[in-house]
Amino acid sequence: MANKPKIPNIAEIMADIKSGKIWSDLAKKFTESQIWTSSFRHGYADTPRNRVLQIASNVWLHLHPVKIHRHALRIKFTWCMGGITFLLFLSTVVTGVILMFYYRPVGEYAYFDMKYLQYDVPFGMLMRNMHRWAAHAMVITVWLHMFRVFLTGSYKPPREFNWVIGVFLVTFTLLLSFTGYLLPWDQLAMWAVTVGTNMARGTPFLGHEGPFQEYVPLISPRYDARSVLLGGSLVGPPALLRFYVLHCIFIPLVAGALMIVHFWRIRKDGGISGPL
Amino acid sequence: MATAVKKKTAEDLPEKVHVWPYLVRLEFLCALIVIVGLTVWSIVVDAPLEEAANPTKTPNPSKAPWYFLGLQDILVYFDPWFAGVVAPVLIIVGLMLIPYLDVNPKGNGYYTYAERKLAIWVYSFGFIVLWIALIIMGVFLRGPGWNLFMPWQYWDPHKVVALVNVDLPYAFGFRDYWNSAMFGGAVVLGYFGLGTAGYMFLERKAIKSVGILRMLLKINLMLIMMGIVIKIVLRLAFNIKYVLVTPWFNI
Ligand code: HEM
Repeated sequence: MANKPKIPNIAEIMADIKSGKIWSDLAKKFTESQIWTSSFRHGYADTPRNRVLQIASNVWLHLHPVKIHRHALRIKFTWCMGGITFLLFLSTVVTGVILMFYYRPVGEYAYFDMKYLQYDVPFGMLMRNMHRWAAHAMVITVWLHMFRVFLTGSYKPPREFNWVIGVFLVTFTLLLSFTGYLLPWDQLAMWAVTVGTNMARGTPFLGHEGPFQEYVPLISPRYDARSVLLGGSLVGPPALLRFYVLHCIFIPLVAGALMIVHFWRIRKDGGISGPL
Repeated sequence: MATAVKKKTAEDLPEKVHVWPYLVRLEFLCALIVIVGLTVWSIVVDAPLEEAANPTKTPNPSKAPWYFLGLQDILVYFDPWFAGVVAPVLIIVGLMLIPYLDVNPKGNGYYTYAERKLAIWVYSFGFIVLWIALIIMGVFLRGPGWNLFMPWQYWDPHKVVALVNVDLPYAFGFRDYWNSAMFGGAVVLGYFGLGTAGYMFLERKAIKSVGILRMLLKINLMLIMMGIVIKIVLRLAFNIKYVLVTPWFNI
């Protein structure tokens, strides 16, 4: 009688599923198995002290405070858009470095390096696609992030300055995307950047077609606001090199530095805003 | 056995919660979804690569990257010095000034329309109409010669659009150059002057508490934004090209 295996009845199993007990039973089976106990020397005790240490003693996670207001967890409040923007930025950094192994910002090579990347480099097309779509997506998510920050009034004191940093960030996000747009060195790239930079001709005082340029000495198609951007009077190889350096070095560094300040200010301003 | 299992909600948690595990697991989940989505999208949709750059072959239409198409569309109504240089600078500076101009203490950290109607209206109008709607129009409806084409219309590169635009002073009967310039100047100055004066008068009680510089900046930035809309309407409804023509610049 004592050794007779217990036959569970359906009602008991259903009750276990409903109450969630079945999961803790399963977890127990795993964590007490020989494979598990021989691999992991001790368990993780879910104590308040350990929860704090997980954040505070981890170089990546310590960007976070150890405790936050519970309303900051609500996706309906933040839309998660700031975090997604940052994640997309990191994705472009990773895929961008891989693209840089194969791409030369030289008039004769750039376009053919793109072809090579797409047709010969293993996973080259995928890296290029991920880089481009993440960049476009980042533009959209940063606008949405800004919109939600506006709608929740989160720019109000004490967060005014973080909003200002944010406006720099959205500007640099657009510039990052714009400088990258030229690098494929195809028709789409060249003419989009031509249209974009033609605007600089109209810069008051400093553009050769702008208001009041006639009062500034030396302003000419070869020496004006636009030619400083392009390194010449049209979108040619010097512009390609200039945009490459801005795209791969200067703007990411500045934007990265601003993001660090942005995150630091969120904490110094008392965490995510909320009704108080 | 009929006791309903109570659904867990955020309100069951204490006021302050540990980031580990509550936030970190959310971020992890979110990151997983985004990365999987990005990877799948990138496997399915290829980034465009057209023929090699050719400075002697201008495509028609030539479009800026999509996120700048709102500005490119404003070029129809304004000269490049404004649409391409001054307007973007004003947008950036204006956005940065928002926290310093909006002194309404209400609606800090929660969604509310009732407590800050004007602010929500102005921002949403600028973002959704002047930025997003113009971008959508620029991407899908602008064809050769930057003419408007409905999605079902053929992009005819030889479409002829009669140039019937006149300047505002001309429409009012001014033919002489300097009289026209004076008239245009009066209209522009009058718009900003009367707008500012009217606002300051209506809100005169607030001047003490809000501050005069703040109010001047606020109303003039709003007048510029409205002015862009007014000029678009003037062009579309009355074929007005410029309001003010001077030897140096036109508005
Ligand atoms: C590269 C661009 C950006 C990144 C990576 C970024 C990242 C973040 C993150 C992760 C947060 C935490 C809360 C959340 O996710 O909503 C946040 C909050 C915030 N961001 Fe951004 N952001 C960017 C651009 C901007 C822009 C363009 C603005 C506004 C002009 C802005 C203003 C703010 C403000 C004021 C907060 C605090 C919000 C609050 O306390 O509720 N940020 N940002």
